[in-house]
Amino acid sequence: VSDALLEVSAPLEWPAKARAEIDEVLSHYPNRRSAVLPVLWIAQREWGWIPPAALRLVAGTLGLPEPEVFGIATFYTMFNLRPIGRHHLQVCMTLSCSLMGADRLFRHLESKLGIGHGETTPDGRFTLRRVECLAACGGGPCMQVNETYHENLDEARADRLLETLT
Amino acid sequence: VSAPRGPLLFKDIDTPGLTSIDTYRRGGGYETAALVLGKKSPDECIEIVKASGLRGRGGAGFPTGLKWSFVPKGSPKPKYLVCNADESEPGTFKDRELMEKNPHLLIEGMLLSAYAFGAHIGYLYLRGEFAYIQRILERAIGEARAAGLLGDNVLGSGFEFEIHTHLGAGAYICGEETALLSSLEGYRGQPRLKPPFPAVEGLYASPTVVNNVETLMNVPHILRHGAAWFRQWGTEKSPGTKILSVSGPVKRPGNYEVAMGLPLRALIDDLCGGMRDGLKVKAVIPGGSSVPPLPASLLDTGLDYESMNAVGTFIGSGGVIVIDDRTCLVDTLWNITRFYEHESCGKCTPCREGTYWMSEVLERLEHGQGRERDIDLLNDVADNILGKSFCALGDAAAMPVMGFIKHFRDEFEHHVTQRRCLVNRRRESVLAEASA
Repeated sequence: VSDALLEVSAPLEWPAKARAEIDEVLSHYPNRRSAVLPVLWIAQREWGWIPPAALRLVAGTLGLPEPEVFGIATFYTMFNLRPIGRHHLQVCMTLSCSLMGADRLFRHLESKLGIGHGETTPDGRFTLRRVECLAACGGGPCMQVNETYHENLDEARADRLLETLT
Repeated sequence: VSAPRGPLLFKDIDTPGLTSIDTYRRGGGYETAALVLGKKSPDECIEIVKASGLRGRGGAGFPTGLKWSFVPKGSPKPKYLVCNADESEPGTFKDRELMEKNPHLLIEGMLLSAYAFGAHIGYLYLRGEFAYIQRILERAIGEARAAGLLGDNVLGSGFEFEIHTHLGAGAYICGEETALLSSLEGYRGQPRLKPPFPAVEGLYASPTVVNNVETLMNVPHILRHGAAWFRQWGTEKSPGTKILSVSGPVKRPGNYEVAMGLPLRALIDDLCGGMRDGLKVKAVIPGGSSVPPLPASLLDTGLDYESMNAVGTFIGSGGVIVIDDRTCLVDTLWNITRFYEHESCGKCTPCREGTYWMSEVLERLEHGQGRERDIDLLNDVADNILGKSFCALGDAAAMPVMGFIKHFRDEFEHHVTQRRCLVNRRRESVLAEASA
């Protein structure tokens, strides 16, 4: 992420709706710092990822040092500090899914899409990622696409699913 | 109408529209709140839950009423209730179904629990992947607020209570209660040394109770029907029911609510219909990937706290992972260890470095490059993690390593002497696909 961090970009501002949402969120906690995850989520929703200028905006909004917000954002796996594709394919590779064929499914997706873990197709349609347990172990192999869970996948079902994701 | 899926929490779980407050109320929902708030004293509520013997369903199994009683009375600080909905223990997927289908039972459980020890704010901490469940819960919280079940004066009792949902962002460690509190306070989700325990000094250094979703959902039932009624299920030391999440190649994986004490064999053979594709059970991890496995010879062990402890493992979160006879257990353990390596928060050296080295050693064993002393080396590294880091993640990484080697040492030795797996259907399927 270091080059993404160094990227120079114009300052960002919260759209009015996001600003109102942030005010509401801040009222839930006795201090501003506690709102760092909700506000990072709002930023990611607004811009699709969290560019350096958005990190700066979050830090300014909460009165926190920017490097600390960066440290928090990188501690968690779900904040995208680089742009990602429209459909974020998150394939669970943990034991239960692995027992049911997740390794095979992941290899299939890699070769079908021509990308590996953490990569995005050149048309910006898909980002592929291995993730850890999604709490869908009884429906393994499981893949979360953006926020939606897809369970009991095999190669054929995954292929049919990809066709619907334009 | 199909048969109820369980005696308590799963009794009405598949009722269509149960996420709406009207449907929940038609089934008796929020009646306990009306019977308890302002009518029973908070101390009475704690005593009933203590007498019921309810123990924490998130994994540690600590007695719930006792935990509540540790909250100091007369503290000038605010008290907080935190619901741990960070469900991340591999093999566990019960809270997800419970919250998706019956959010109001969780709200009622939080309301009653908060009343018992005097909290006026409840935070509901969800793992980041559960954003869609956050929306279900927010809608239900809005309905409850509109119905006077949350707010300044709940049901006219004078009791004030509000719930805020809080979404994590992808970190297994945040299921550990002190890491969860750090995360909620806006720091990296790293654990804190105990004591002080959260009941005395938790969120914002104030008295805090952290309870799991399933635990909280038992509370309305217990306060409604009493401790003796609750004890009709389960054993003396493990009263009540447990939701078991079954995964692996069984015919019918899924969540099952059973009376505590049900033998593993009955769960797998009767409820889950046995194994798929002619496979046989080789090992079962009974309580999420953090606990030691059991060999097939111990399938008659009951699923309760004390029976599992007697055979050297734990019921934990109830994540039952069934492993078949054509799966390589070195490969299996490597998968488990990689998980902990990835999820170690990096705070404590034994866990941060040890999980890395255990993965390295298991990788070379799995690929036939292991040395004879590697098996003892694994045990040695695990022993140097166990009990030597701040939180239970280190123990969770060490215990499976020790357990797999204890029960299945021959398979590890085969990798050293024969330089390959005894069996490995997963690797075979990948190779078959590659050569096709």
